Amino acid sequence: MKRYLTVDANEAVAKVAHKLNEVIAIYPITPASPMGEWADTYSNARQKNIWGEVPHVIEMQSEGGAAGTVHGSLQNGALTTTFTASQGLLLMLPNLFKIAGELTPTVLHVAARTIATHALSIFGDHSDVMAARSTGMAMLCSNSVQEAMDLAAISHAATLEARLPFIHFFDGFRTSHEIQKIEDISDDVLKALINEDLINEHRSRSLTSDKPFIRGTAQNPDVFFQAREAGTPYYENTPAIVQKYMDKFAELTGRQYNLFDYFGSDTAEDVIILMGSGVETAREAADWLKENGYNIGVLSVRLFRPFSIESFAKVLPLSVKRIAVLDRTKEPGATGEPLYQDVLAAIFESRNQEWLPTSFNPIVIGGRYGLSSKEFTPAMVKSVFDNLKSDSRKNHFTVGINDDVSGSSLSYDESEYNEAKEVFRGLFFGLGSDGTVSANKNSIKIIGDSTKFYSQGYFVYDSKKSGSTTVSHLRFGPKPIQSTYLIQKANFVACHQFNFMQRIDMLKYAEEGAVFLLNSPFSADEVWSKIPKFVQDEIIAKKLKFYVIDAETVSDNAGMGRRINTVMQTCFFAISGILPQEQAIESIKKAIKKTYGKRGDVVVQQNFDAVDASVSGLHLVNYPGSSDSDVKMREAATVGKQSSIALDPEIEAFIRKVTSPILSGNGDSLPVSAFNADGTFPSGTSEIEKRCIATSIPILDPDVCIQCGKCAFVCPHAVIRLKAFDGTVLEGAPESFNAMKARGKDFPEGTMMTVQVSPEDCTGCELCVEVCPAKNKTNVSQKAINMKPIDEHLETEKANWEFFQSIPEFNRDLVQKSTIKGSQVLQPLFEFSGACSGCGETPYIKLVTQLYGDRMLVANATGCSSIYGGNLPTTPWTKNKDGRGPAWSNSLFEDNAEFGLGYRVAVDMKKLQAENLVKKLASDLGDTLANAILSADQTEETGINEQRERIIELRKKLDGNSNADAKRLVALADFLVKKSVWILGGDGWAYDIGYGGLDHVMASGRNVNILVLDTEVYSNTGGQMSKATPLGAVAKFAAGGKPNAKKDLALQAVQYGNVYVARIAMGAKDTQTLKAIMEAEAYDGPSLIIAYSHCIAHGIEMKNGLNQQKLAVDSGYWPLFRFNPALTLEGKNPFQLDSKGPSIPFDEYALRETRYMMLHKFDPQHAKELMKAAQKQVKDHWKIYENMVQLYEPQTTEA
Amino acid sequence: MDLSTTYMGLKLKNPLVPSASPLSTKLETAKKLEDNGASAIVMYSLFEEQITREAKALDHTLTTYSEAYAEALNYFPEPEEFSNIHAEEYLEQIYKLKNSLDIPVIASLNGVSSGGWMNFAKLIQQAGADGLELNVYYLATDPAMDSKQVEENYLDDIRAVKHATTLPIAVKVGPYFSAFANMAVRMAAAGADALVLFNRFYQPDINLSDLTVEPSLQFSSEFEKRLPMRWLAILYGQVKASLAATTGVHTADDAIKMILCGADVTMMASTLLKHGPHRLQNILDGIEQWMTDYEYESIEQMKGSMSHQNVAEPAAYERANYLRILQGYKI
Repeated sequence: MKRYLTVDANEAVAKVAHKLNEVIAIYPITPASPMGEWADTYSNARQKNIWGEVPHVIEMQSEGGAAGTVHGSLQNGALTTTFTASQGLLLMLPNLFKIAGELTPTVLHVAARTIATHALSIFGDHSDVMAARSTGMAMLCSNSVQEAMDLAAISHAATLEARLPFIHFFDGFRTSHEIQKIEDISDDVLKALINEDLINEHRSRSLTSDKPFIRGTAQNPDVFFQAREAGTPYYENTPAIVQKYMDKFAELTGRQYNLFDYFGSDTAEDVIILMGSGVETAREAADWLKENGYNIGVLSVRLFRPFSIESFAKVLPLSVKRIAVLDRTKEPGATGEPLYQDVLAAIFESRNQEWLPTSFNPIVIGGRYGLSSKEFTPAMVKSVFDNLKSDSRKNHFTVGINDDVSGSSLSYDESEYNEAKEVFRGLFFGLGSDGTVSANKNSIKIIGDSTKFYSQGYFVYDSKKSGSTTVSHLRFGPKPIQSTYLIQKANFVACHQFNFMQRIDMLKYAEEGAVFLLNSPFSADEVWSKIPKFVQDEIIAKKLKFYVIDAETVSDNAGMGRRINTVMQTCFFAISGILPQEQAIESIKKAIKKTYGKRGDVVVQQNFDAVDASVSGLHLVNYPGSSDSDVKMREAATVGKQSSIALDPEIEAFIRKVTSPILSGNGDSLPVSAFNADGTFPSGTSEIEKRCIATSIPILDPDVCIQCGKCAFVCPHAVIRLKAFDGTVLEGAPESFNAMKARGKDFPEGTMMTVQVSPEDCTGCELCVEVCPAKNKTNVSQKAINMKPIDEHLETEKANWEFFQSIPEFNRDLVQKSTIKGSQVLQPLFEFSGACSGCGETPYIKLVTQLYGDRMLVANATGCSSIYGGNLPTTPWTKNKDGRGPAWSNSLFEDNAEFGLGYRVAVDMKKLQAENLVKKLASDLGDTLANAILSADQTEETGINEQRERIIELRKKLDGNSNADAKRLVALADFLVKKSVWILGGDGWAYDIGYGGLDHVMASGRNVNILVLDTEVYSNTGGQMSKATPLGAVAKFAAGGKPNAKKDLALQAVQYGNVYVARIAMGAKDTQTLKAIMEAEAYDGPSLIIAYSHCIAHGIEMKNGLNQQKLAVDSGYWPLFRFNPALTLEGKNPFQLDSKGPSIPFDEYALRETRYMMLHKFDPQHAKELMKAAQKQVKDHWKIYENMVQLYEPQTTEA
Repeated sequence: MDLSTTYMGLKLKNPLVPSASPLSTKLETAKKLEDNGASAIVMYSLFEEQITREAKALDHTLTTYSEAYAEALNYFPEPEEFSNIHAEEYLEQIYKLKNSLDIPVIASLNGVSSGGWMNFAKLIQQAGADGLELNVYYLATDPAMDSKQVEENYLDDIRAVKHATTLPIAVKVGPYFSAFANMAVRMAAAGADALVLFNRFYQPDINLSDLTVEPSLQFSSEFEKRLPMRWLAILYGQVKASLAATTGVHTADDAIKMILCGADVTMMASTLLKHGPHRLQNILDGIEQWMTDYEYESIEQMKGSMSHQNVAEPAAYERANYLRILQGYKI
């Protein structure tokens, strides 16, 4: 009997890989991470492979490390696999050449993803696998979730016989993350597919000291070439072997695959050739086009390497006159993309070999599609066929974009195609935090399990980590679903957040007569006047069936807060009629029990309560025949009058032309000409977003405020700010604007102070309120700032914020930067990032920009900080009124320290050149100016500002000077002003993948500042263990709690002796944080700061993040210290311990976090043992620190 | 000399029972208590509210940030099963204590919902407990709620548990009832097999440096025994339930006084936490010595011999007691 699964390809492939391997070495990378995580989950659940063993899953420090371990394991005869994508695959390349060169059977499963070029992209295309095509690996491509599971099995079976290692790949996200109802493969089928004798042969080739040999020699010109050719027969034999296992698989399952599969007319004249998920869409489109008179076909390439020309020739109808080869990659400068080249060569050679008649001479053109998961739709397929037939056909075309630069693109009309009527097409717009995607995944499984329908789910997330929007695309139908593109015409549209009505035009996707479900705080009688007129018009014009439910209230009543997933899911089933209502409710409850049962009866019950209350809360809206609303759609971008963008017309024009359409969801419509060819974008764009995602915001009570600046210091989004100003500027201030007399002696007499929030940028995290030390004397529940509903304060605070921005920045020279208050009067040049609400990393970054932003160069490792720092549409890195600000770039994950060192080397070189030129041109400049420039003291900001003045003077003096040296100096002069190089990244980079580089950079002695934002896991990819993960904490790949202690990177750096090192935690001691950052910058050498960064991956309420930092320090787990080599020269102790010994037990800190707590919930005994070990480790570790202080105590020399 | 007593239907070898405290979290300590003479042991309390909160908190952190960001669909490796989500650890401890001790094990439960009371009571019985002490406290902070409603809540909880289990039920309550004697009778009628006098509550303190309210629990003092003593004396013979004295029992004299007033058992925790399990043996020795000195043959003989109904001057337990102290008080 057929057994069905409703899974995505990552899960499907991981199931097979786990069944057919013994060792799995992995490293997380999007979108392949879930495969490793599933494998780890199976092994943790003691699930066995088909030989009855639990495979060993090991996480490595990089993909390079994973590949090395795979190679070693294979050489020692274990059946071994790994999963990766993109840059990860690139890091594996050296080993892949080796593994292939040594004819070692293995399968590497790749969720194919874009390689970073002008920009990083996490999405799917074939640029990674195409970069691996010369490794000698066999390459097998799956087009769908079912195929991914099936070809995973086939490739594992084939590799053993072929001896070639395989890359089995499928499209990242589109296939890896698409949920489909598929047929499972039983263990019996897998057992029947695998030839045990071949496994024994594999083992017999492994290293053993009982029968030693050597492999991996170095060879000379005399024999290398011949030895390299010795493997050729294996490549010749492989296609037949793969076909053999495909046939065997078909016998076992009824699902037949071939090396090349041709779909279409036997007499086709036009054929497109492609591989991956695009094949599915192309087939769907071809069926449609055939009905419209096209005589066409689609050729799916499955075994890309070794490319079997003979097999290819056999499937191609001889009637073919024109061929378009579609590559999902770009190989700039080549004669064409890889598949195109292969097809050309294959046809030519087939004729030579007489596999095809010499008369067979079709036109062959190539084109690119779908880069970085760009949509590939039936309408685009049509345009490819139309281009093919056209007399003025384009070769090397692109499809899916508007290339108005090179003119490569084909035009297409999406309205031409309609999906099959019998397919349910639902679009669900939700927030990341409201559970929409979870609910839809559940619905797909319910429908997959309870009906004969085939189901498909695909989920689109934006790149924000707070207030992110999700769009779920769900299809259900009687036939397997091949539509590997987003739903354009929906018969069900659900809006799970009422405020989306003003932001997203979602009803443009609704077809006539569709159902529209809205989560609304307004009743069916009231809602009509609350939605924009534009939306009313769409509802009327399309005759939508319009339902409302107040999901928040229903959810809240059931104790589920704003998590409305269960309510909306129930409503979906109630209206859609996919299942009878009673059966649907029973199925939902069954699914709830299955999903949440293990989390406790109370959790199940509150979900049940929500289900029961949902249907009665659902109401049909009887709307009038005409629109009459005053509500308007919100602008996607707001360029404030005071913004730095408004000051620069060129940038403002760019924002309007490029950023604004991206923000409104129309990025797909932007033409090629909109973009800089080198990937450059303007700074400071986050300020235009005004996302308004908080439900409550901090409001100041000036009577209570003590102006300590702590609220601004900890604000992760730079939305609450202090500003000192002269009272005279208050003219024209809104009445509600708070101006207080500046307290203390830090500011000149008459200075005023304000604390102001930017209401539309606040994420409502509450850290500011938590840290506020000032309490109302008559009611201690009230502080100097208190969270208040945004609805009541939005307009007032918007006006206040605008006025706040109009107040000039306070003279930095008059600010005591070494105090918390002083530092917070400085303008942050990192603001309004899309980081998580309450992020523990961003306050550190913001602080650095307040101090040094105007002279900062930032090298940012890939990870959370590069995403909230540099993921389009906007960037939080901004600039001051002089146009100065941090210059930011991201190279890779693994090379960031080296990348930053490159900054330093270049800056120093340019400075040196400029200094030499100043000397050379001293007569032109005047000796006084030249000497002043060369001898400038730039240790303090005042000195830097003076030097800037001199550079202005220098430029004036050299203006119009045609001397080549003078021109060179003008180009380099800015580098005579001190530059501050900052290398930022997370612990995954610093402790693991980038550690070698980090170590080298520290050893270089060069003046760079390294800030490690230590969340103790790989946060950006979902909480995988790093070497920074503490003992006892649960993380992915440490599901049973990490058994060993966190690496002490700080102490490792201290041993160099000439590296400034600090461990900081702003929630524990903000003054130490500030001091450490200032000392690090002042230190003329490498500096390493390790900053405790609380994180959602710790499983805490983020508003408690700062308190957790404090507890970490109080427990002795996170000793605060500074090691300043400069003090040695002053005869002082360079090692300063800034926190006291453990004053609370470790578990008092740890058990407030899910990462520690959850182990007590599934292995309490082990959890207790680990807690005990962790407590001991903390105490022992503390002793080391106490000893360090003594060790570095200066020796008193006796006379 | 017969030290045995009967408490909530359980025949105990003596009247000394360690009350609900962390002492029962370790088998080793529990064993030492038994070796030092404990006749039964009341386990630390299972708090329904804590179980519920922990489950909700776990659910919250596991779901709040999931399925929201393409690169990280979740942040924790969720196991196929959580093992301590339905108080399994507590139930396991009942089982372990039962296996390693010969004395009766009385579980202690604090519920917040009738469903919770009933559900956990059943589980506790299944785990093998010999009795169940209900740790009931309800601070009626709502001015709209009258005493009748509050009292009904107590009685409802007792009925719910009695309905769910056949275990003997002890009810540990506070003294804050307008008519405690009447309440005691009603609790017995609702199904309480024993009353434990009295529950001590966490009394919050104020931290003056950061103006926060801090919960704290202090060890009981000897003086605190006066309150249960009085009520034992008053209730003895009037309530169809066993009586247990707890709070302020630190010495053999304290225990003797409680029994004389009418306690079937005397419970203690503070003194054992302070001095260790051996303290129990000292107290037992002290009781025996006193009984020898005063020629008492059995605990039963002592029980209630100085209760309200058996003393020459019953008013001593009433208002007169208060007056005499006042009169005897000199500045």
